Amino acid sequence: MRTANVRTIVIWTLVALVGAAGWSVLALARGEDVSAAWMVAAALGSYAIGYRFYSKFIAYKVLKVDATRATPAERLNNGIDFHPTDRRVLLGHHFAAIAGAGPLVGPVLAAQMGYLPGTVWIIAGVIFAGAVQDMVVLFFSTRRDGRSLGQMAREEIGPFGGAAALIAAFAIMIILLGVLALVIVNALAASPWGTFSIAMTIPIALLMGFYLRVLRPGRVAEVSLIGVGLLLLALVAGRWVAESSWAGAFTLAPSTLVVWLVAYGFIASILPVWMLLAPRDYLSTFMKIGTIALLALGVVIALPTLKMDPVTDFASRGDGPVFAGSLFPFVFITIACGALSGFHSLISSGTTPKMIQKETQVRMIGYGSMLMESSVAIMALVAASIIDPGLYFAMNAPAGAIGTTVENASQVVTGWGYSISPAELAQAAKNVEEATLLSRTGGAPTLAVGVSEIFSKVTGGSLRAFWYHFAIMFEALFILTALDAGTRVGRFMLQDMLGNVYRPFKNISWKPGLVLTSAIVCALWGYFLWVGVHEPLGGINQLFPIFGISNQLLAAVALAVCTTLLVKSGRLKWAWITGIPLVWDATVTLTASYQKVFSSDPKVGFFKQRSVFQDAIDDGKVLPPAKSMDDMHTVVTNSTVDGVLTAVLALLIVVVIADALRVCVRHLRRPALSTLSEAPYVESKIQAPAGLVPTREEREEARDAVAPTGV
Amino acid sequence: MRSLRRVFRAVRWYVRELTDESAYDRYVAHVRQDHPQAPVPTRRAFERMRTERQEGDPRQDFRCC
Repeated sequence: MRTANVRTIVIWTLVALVGAAGWSVLALARGEDVSAAWMVAAALGSYAIGYRFYSKFIAYKVLKVDATRATPAERLNNGIDFHPTDRRVLLGHHFAAIAGAGPLVGPVLAAQMGYLPGTVWIIAGVIFAGAVQDMVVLFFSTRRDGRSLGQMAREEIGPFGGAAALIAAFAIMIILLGVLALVIVNALAASPWGTFSIAMTIPIALLMGFYLRVLRPGRVAEVSLIGVGLLLLALVAGRWVAESSWAGAFTLAPSTLVVWLVAYGFIASILPVWMLLAPRDYLSTFMKIGTIALLALGVVIALPTLKMDPVTDFASRGDGPVFAGSLFPFVFITIACGALSGFHSLISSGTTPKMIQKETQVRMIGYGSMLMESSVAIMALVAASIIDPGLYFAMNAPAGAIGTTVENASQVVTGWGYSISPAELAQAAKNVEEATLLSRTGGAPTLAVGVSEIFSKVTGGSLRAFWYHFAIMFEALFILTALDAGTRVGRFMLQDMLGNVYRPFKNISWKPGLVLTSAIVCALWGYFLWVGVHEPLGGINQLFPIFGISNQLLAAVALAVCTTLLVKSGRLKWAWITGIPLVWDATVTLTASYQKVFSSDPKVGFFKQRSVFQDAIDDGKVLPPAKSMDDMHTVVTNSTVDGVLTAVLALLIVVVIADALRVCVRHLRRPALSTLSEAPYVESKIQAPAGLVPTREEREEARDAVAPTGV
Repeated sequence: MRSLRRVFRAVRWYVRELTDESAYDRYVAHVRQDHPQAPVPTRRAFERMRTERQEGDPRQDFRCC
């Protein structure tokens, strides 16, 4: 029996007190101003306790990570994709791979319910569900030579569940790309500054690609420095362009941007990786890590005051303008990345397990990175909650709800209880040198306004417009990279599926097949993008819930695989570790899809919406927000597609969970029938610490391991 | 002065590792140690092989939303 020493007890009591103080202030404050510092305290205090106690319990009691067992990186070391990587480097790698636009967009949209529901879900969700999922998937994939989630589903659950998981992953990829592209269109439309700087990233990336391929192969650090320098120059130049006679050429309507984006996605995805994708990836990774670090610093230095209500009336009424539906279940699907994100399971099974040095490090890499991502989501929520709530709603409500003039918008938003004058709305747009901020839905512009507010507090108000466009550029940069990379992954899946029908497709470098599958993937996400831009009811309003449902569906697949593996590997007693998050995730996702399909509220239910508009068409009437009969038909078509899609996604969840349950029950009844495809034990020959800071024993071990003569 | 140099070296090491600039050196060390008879590719050839592998399986370097 180990007894804790006094210092440890004192430290952890203090940490608990800091967290508890944060939570108390957030929960009890009504009507008075609350500093963002309390939100940061609640988050950091809870993360520390979750990491120190819960993740340690899971790693050592449940998974029984074994420091003497060689990982795939050690056993299969080929010097390229399998190689033992220093834990601090891998933490950076893994974090850069999981954190993207997701944790920045979801919390901003969920702020329409107030900051409290989002905060509770982000923090509790990550500790008990999201980080657990990432760590357990990473562990099981490490025990299976870095198998992907799809392969694990097929091997451990069966071909049926495996196929459902594969279709789900493909559908999610398409919806994800459509929604991310929509976020970009809403941020760049009618903004010459933003459009110019983003357009410039293409020649910059081409230059970097050429440099790396021809001039100095492999010198990534220096070329990234050059790239980031040019990027900042493009950002500054954006202002000159916006003020010059060229402004017209870069002031694009949303539908024009759609065409450009789809064309970009298609061309980029059939070009060689070295030309655009690889250099863009370096740029966006640099920008991502840099901006997140800056934002964390900005929040801590400026410690802004939260202006949003803790809980708004939209939470219970369910008629919010940003997305329809009440707090349960919609907050939990709107905030996916940052709390529980199915997408991470694709990273945790794949690249990272092939590089991890020690099984004991799954705690730091899997659980730790996810806590870091969660803190990014908290910062996004802070950024959305410190701007004037009136401005927040004017920016995030679709044009169909608030109109297109500041007078109209001011009147509608004030009617919701958040007073803001037309002059204030106009001034807010002028501050960031944009023509208008009305209905800039999708989260990115709102986040950018919040970020510019925080940064300009530190650097002085004159740089406000620069910081706004800096934030837009930073989001657009990695969303564009995601469009390219995601199209390639979607194409890869499609080639694999079509290869079963027509053999040549399996050969991924067969040019006609490559071009055709790329075109299909771009057409699919391009369809959702086009629909989102032309949706009279508001594209984000309609599509974001489907995106949330699909992301949480992937989480359900990952958690089902984990739970099945826990049961099959004789850890039934601990199956609740991922079992409870699975039940919660399935409840939330299925409730949300049920409501989206069957709700009798036309704002929420797709089919009700369809019938309301169809009836009006039959009567020859035009219902607002539609402006013409064409709009009416658009609404009917879109609602039907969205409704069917939601129903199919829900069905896939049920199939995967039912199949996993069948395997678990069979294992409990007749364990002899189950097979476990775990790689056999090989003793590890390397020593490496488990956590960020080596313990005293680990240091002594490392010292003893070094040969005295020196090798 | 010495500690400053140590910090600089540590930062340089981390950046090289994180960006995978050190991939070539690592590969050469690997080939030399495990397959001493095998020829070592030039840096140019090695980097080309690496991007071709990525082309072959785009899931390798996929990042999340």
